[in-house]
Amino acid sequence: MKLLIKGGKVIDPVNGISRIADVLVDNGKISAVDKHIGTDGAEVVEAAGKLVMPGFIDMHVHLREPGLEAKETIATGTRAAAMGGFTGVACMPNTNPVIDNQALVEFIKSRAAGEGAVNVYPIGAITKGSKGEELAEIGDMKLVGAVAISDDGRPLMNAQVMRLAMKYAAMFGMPVISHCEDLNLVADGVMHEGYFATVYGLKGITRLAEEAMAARDIMLAELTGAWLHIAHISTAGSVELVRMAKKKGIRVTAEATPHHFSLTDEIVGSFDTATKVNPPLRSEADVQAVKEGLRDGTIDVIATDHAPHTVEEKDVEYNYAPFGIVGLETAVGLAFSGLVRPGVLSPEELVMKMSVNPARILGLEGKGHLGIGADADITLVDPELKETVDVNRFASKAKNSPFDGWELIGIPTAAIVGGQLVMHKRKLMV
Amino acid sequence: MGLNRKDLLGIRELSVEEIELILETAEPMKDIIGRQIKKVPTLRGKVVINLFYEPSTRTRTSFELAGKYMSADTINISTSTSSVVKGETLKDTGKTLEVMGADVVIIRHSASGAPHILAKHLSASVINAGDGFHEHPTQALLDMFTIKEKKGRLAGLKVAIVGDIMFSRVARSNIWGLTKMGAEVRVIAPATLLPPGIEKLGVTPYTSIEEGLCDVDVVMVLRMQLERQQKGLFPTIREYSRLYGVTAERVRLACPDALVMHPGPMNRGIEIAPDVADGVQAVINEQVTNGVAVRMALLYLLTGGGNPHEAVN
Repeated sequence: MKLLIKGGKVIDPVNGISRIADVLVDNGKISAVDKHIGTDGAEVVEAAGKLVMPGFIDMHVHLREPGLEAKETIATGTRAAAMGGFTGVACMPNTNPVIDNQALVEFIKSRAAGEGAVNVYPIGAITKGSKGEELAEIGDMKLVGAVAISDDGRPLMNAQVMRLAMKYAAMFGMPVISHCEDLNLVADGVMHEGYFATVYGLKGITRLAEEAMAARDIMLAELTGAWLHIAHISTAGSVELVRMAKKKGIRVTAEATPHHFSLTDEIVGSFDTATKVNPPLRSEADVQAVKEGLRDGTIDVIATDHAPHTVEEKDVEYNYAPFGIVGLETAVGLAFSGLVRPGVLSPEELVMKMSVNPARILGLEGKGHLGIGADADITLVDPELKETVDVNRFASKAKNSPFDGWELIGIPTAAIVGGQLVMHKRKLMV
Repeated sequence: MGLNRKDLLGIRELSVEEIELILETAEPMKDIIGRQIKKVPTLRGKVVINLFYEPSTRTRTSFELAGKYMSADTINISTSTSSVVKGETLKDTGKTLEVMGADVVIIRHSASGAPHILAKHLSASVINAGDGFHEHPTQALLDMFTIKEKKGRLAGLKVAIVGDIMFSRVARSNIWGLTKMGAEVRVIAPATLLPPGIEKLGVTPYTSIEEGLCDVDVVMVLRMQLERQQKGLFPTIREYSRLYGVTAERVRLACPDALVMHPGPMNRGIEIAPDVADGVQAVINEQVTNGVAVRMALLYLLTGGGNPHEAVN
């Protein structure tokens, strides 16, 4: 079964390609990238005017399965990913039960194989039950394909446990993904601490809650030699900490979410709980610092922290709503509209942050590039296509997006996973 | 002329003209309260519902009387007896009240923004009777009415607000209102109870009560929520009282004819000394009476009132 992607602009930074070319896919692998490739019985995907890129990987997604299927499932979450132009997602372990052993990692994998529309890469918990006490069976989880470990959503307050986890994970070369949030400093806050929290009468979350733990974990990474990946970086201070750490040669990478480079805390004044997210939407200065971090390479990855919740959970008073924004179906549009069009990132740099670097950090062989023999995971984006975000048309179960009604320019038009079109022309194919 | 808005959610979004209109409309309303027969037919056939998710004596009674003096049908709902205890959402509760015919829903809620959620989902008017530590617009309106009544003006006056600024909706609404009306506002609190960015609201923060009270025309004392101490925001009630209690000696630092105000309920001997609360400069009881007048004015204006003098006659 052959697929010919014809006439698009191929952007493949790993192989140094940025030109109009055809891409031939054969048996799930890239078999040729050339100026003109004959059709020769292949199914043709017309790509004139489109960017043809190695499949985008969202390394921070909550698929909510098992246990929280009212919010999202592997079936719906991966379809949301496909609609958003992603060919792979790494899913966080804060499900019920927490993904903290081999059997549960295998459950995710078998579920994904059966019902998933895109590749699913499970992330294991750092500690048993994510309780922050005893290490989970990290080596065992790695053996069956866990790509990283993380305490996402339940930060490890005990520095000694984190130290041991990093030392232990370093043996397996697994990145430790840290959700940096000092819970004592959060002090029941629900939005960014500052002028707007004061005006809206909502409890604030200081930048220090993130920065203090980012500083701690960077120092632990230096001590242990582990690979630290800082999730959803949101403050100017954290960006600076990562910049300094990289300069010192510490093994640290970082990701930023589309909402943290697109929105400020002012928007919380609507009291729309779709704006309630953790870490919170920050000030304009922080947004600019995140963009600068993306531009200068301090921030390696754009990841969504896709955090689905039910309408019933979110349709309450601001204080009572759970934290979280769904991001899979708006990320590419926000990145093109907010970063590529204004010139913060070139399309090549965007591919680095949405495909090459996530593949590298998660150790995914055959992903993140379009070299001959690579997996045929391909994302097509029409950089001029406009679409208005409509949460009611999301493939995700959840609707908690503050971008409802936004017009985005630069929309994914196809997602190909292992040579299979899973989304084409804004329609799911699976 | 009525207010050209469906809801009253906060002072921040009100114009100077709107504030003036409400304060002017409250004047004839106050006359009604002083009459032998306290009843006018203005709101006959209107349904006003007090939906209180937090305990309240004066605000709830004040709204209820305001409605009754104008012949509205008023209903009180408090959370202990409503379906809220059965887990009904705010939106559903609001809708239920609306389809039973509510014209005005007055809501008090511990969560900031709750009235805004309600207002978005209802076509009835929504009045914020205090949400979290966001706004308490009718308290600020009655405070401004009281100051104006006593001092003849608001512009140019120096007003000091003393106490738990961080968690006070009364402080925020008064800051917006008083600064809009041209008063100079100071806030006095321990540093742990001064919210970040407060000076951007156009006020001057003080951590010394002695400095802050110097030459002010109005001393507005806030209620100290006693649970703040448990959160470690200050060491003890005793120390708070010693450093920030409004005593007769401290009131003497203000102008000789300065007003002393308190939104109630008071913790006598903590944030305010009993002799100050009962002293000649205190206007705390007038605040309560004026509260009814201001709320009558609001109900009247939000339900599309015409000439306020007509309403009175």
